[in-house]
Amino acid sequence: MNASVNYLETIKQFIVDNFLFGDGKSLVKETPLFEKGIIDSTGVLELVAFIEDNFKITISDDELVQDNFSSLNAIDRFLKSKNDKAASQ
Amino acid sequence: MCGISGILNLKNPAQIDANNLRRMTYALSHRGPDETGAYVDDWIGLAQSRLSIIDLSSGSQPIHNEDKSIWIVFNGEIFNYPEIRESLVKLGHRFYTTSDTEVIIHLYEEKKEKCLDDLNGQFAFAIWDSHKKELFAARDRVGILPLFYKINQDRFYFASEAKAIIEISDSQTSFDPIGLDQIFTFWTTLPGKTAFSGISELAPGHFIKFSAGKNLSVNRYWSLSYSKELVQNDKSIPQFASEISELMKDSIRIRLRADVPVGSYLSGGLDSSGITAVVKNNFNNQLRTFGITFQEESFDESDFQNLMVKHLDTNHSEVHATNEDIGKYFSNIVYYGEKPIIRAAPVPLFLLSKKVREEGYKVVLTGEGADEIFGGYNIFRETKVRKFWSVDPESKFRPKLLKKLYPYIFKDNRLAQTLQAFFKLGIDEPNNPFFSHVVRWNNNTKLKNFFSEDFSKQIGGYNCYDELKSLLPEDFDDWDYVYKAQYLEIITFMSGYLLSSQGDRMAMANSVELRVPYLDHRIIEYMATVPSRFKIRGLNEKYLLKKVFKDLLPKEIVNRPKNPYRAPIRNSFFNNKSFDLHSVLSEKEINEAGVFNPAKVKLLIQKAERSQSLSELDNMAIAGIISTQFLQNHFVNYKKLNVPAEYSFNTFIDKRNQIN
Repeated sequence: MNASVNYLETIKQFIVDNFLFGDGKSLVKETPLFEKGIIDSTGVLELVAFIEDNFKITISDDELVQDNFSSLNAIDRFLKSKNDKAASQ
Repeated sequence: MCGISGILNLKNPAQIDANNLRRMTYALSHRGPDETGAYVDDWIGLAQSRLSIIDLSSGSQPIHNEDKSIWIVFNGEIFNYPEIRESLVKLGHRFYTTSDTEVIIHLYEEKKEKCLDDLNGQFAFAIWDSHKKELFAARDRVGILPLFYKINQDRFYFASEAKAIIEISDSQTSFDPIGLDQIFTFWTTLPGKTAFSGISELAPGHFIKFSAGKNLSVNRYWSLSYSKELVQNDKSIPQFASEISELMKDSIRIRLRADVPVGSYLSGGLDSSGITAVVKNNFNNQLRTFGITFQEESFDESDFQNLMVKHLDTNHSEVHATNEDIGKYFSNIVYYGEKPIIRAAPVPLFLLSKKVREEGYKVVLTGEGADEIFGGYNIFRETKVRKFWSVDPESKFRPKLLKKLYPYIFKDNRLAQTLQAFFKLGIDEPNNPFFSHVVRWNNNTKLKNFFSEDFSKQIGGYNCYDELKSLLPEDFDDWDYVYKAQYLEIITFMSGYLLSSQGDRMAMANSVELRVPYLDHRIIEYMATVPSRFKIRGLNEKYLLKKVFKDLLPKEIVNRPKNPYRAPIRNSFFNNKSFDLHSVLSEKEINEAGVFNPAKVKLLIQKAERSQSLSELDNMAIAGIISTQFLQNHFVNYKKLNVPAEYSFNTFIDKRNQIN
């Protein structure tokens, strides 16, 4: 994943387009995506498919836990740690 | 639009029977009811029946060059003809009509077969150079218009529809088992094939060349490429959207060129709504629109259609497709379509073009091709989901994304398990060139279980997948997987079924011309530069097209879930007083055609009589079997047309015994 790309903005735009139908005013980094009903169990797979498709990474079943996708912040943390792991290997 | 036909001597000059040309033309009169014309010399006969749209007064065909040495019969439209004409006039060419037809002939004089590169349109034509004794016949890039041919002994026959060739054939027509094997897999024959032995179709993007003393050859001039090198990764979504918007506008603008009024189909889906809005906002405030409504609610889109009619304030007419009508007209649409069909969906389109004609219109714009070019079909989304799954075929979570595509079926937990297994086919082979289509095609293949033993024997060890593989571009394996799926869909379903069985044939049956702005080759080629992740964003289909139309259409239309266009099958053929199911599918008839196993057909009928809700496969089998039986009646048991004695060409150029 290229760190210089503002990937979080791309992901946010995808969530706004796809789950909020363009109405992204209230979506901030801390917004709890599951609790607010923005993303459900199928939605998280859509999001994961989107991330894999756009950033050329693979997310394993083990990583497919709610904690990693509970908010934009959580996604950011998760992808960064994944990126760090990949870099240290 | 028109019907064209011809007969060519391949070896030596010999008498061309003008009466045969007359019969061929008569068989195509639905394609061109306005006037007829023919050219005959000792090598060739060219004939045409015309539906006058451009240059109503002087565009009569066949049309010739300055010294009358080159002649053309033409079916279709060249939308950029005024621009080409201007450049030809500068080069010294003199025109005697204002038609687009004449433009082709002069362009051919300049560039020979390279003329095809300059043509923006939908066409099938044949040009005869009487001095050089050369024939040049071509078909548009994606096969919007048809052209069939047959070589028999030393003669070459061609026509817009196979029926014109069958009309003058001395021998009985028979089914081509390979053609039917393909249809019962891909819904259509592969490019070049037909349902009939000995009759070929010129593949889209191809031309035929013949010069006396040499062999006749079939050559490709255009092919769709989704090569990775074409993709522009540095462009943004808004940039793509704005460029597509400009292209769309121009494509529609030139497709409104006609000397008769142009209407538009309006279904209530994104594609036709977008076209209609662009026309209404930019070019024609008095737009006339036409749409279909269905008796069966689950097929009906009236609400969206009405919303659009209200939004654009168009003068709208609709046809109401009842189940009774779908059964009643099925035989007609098989006659015009000339192929077994696995769907009943062409019938309402036949009824719609009938309505258009009754309302005094001959030309309509339609949204065909948008799903293929912009990524609209479920099969593309399904490919994305299956690709996502294939990363870890044993994942517990990944296959659950299928639910997003088919929410209703996946609601039932027991069904979900079965369905998951259904979609798992081939998941461990993501590099299989047919990864996207393997589930669907494998399912269709089960239809072949209905073939009789004898018919299956005739198919023998033939493998239609191997043949399709041989047609793929060399670098196909390197393409993005969504593009691969698009390509397969375009060369099979779109060219062979959508543009034919649901397109040209259903419109021309009622002398109506369709124009398809999404299939302007500039748009097709442009869309090959767009990264596939922008075409389908996540699982959001036709993402860029939605961006293009966002401000032109109501939110409800842009954001609505896409429903495939379909028509009821079982309920159109069973308990229909206008459809005599038991005589169409009687054991005697089934045996006579020899394609299907009568015992199996009987069981299928019994099952359909018992149960209202049949599987998709059973419905496809019903339509496929009935249409094949009709095809048998129409063409294998062909009855020669009763051509009225007074039927003669309005223009007849006779050059027999004049040419050295």
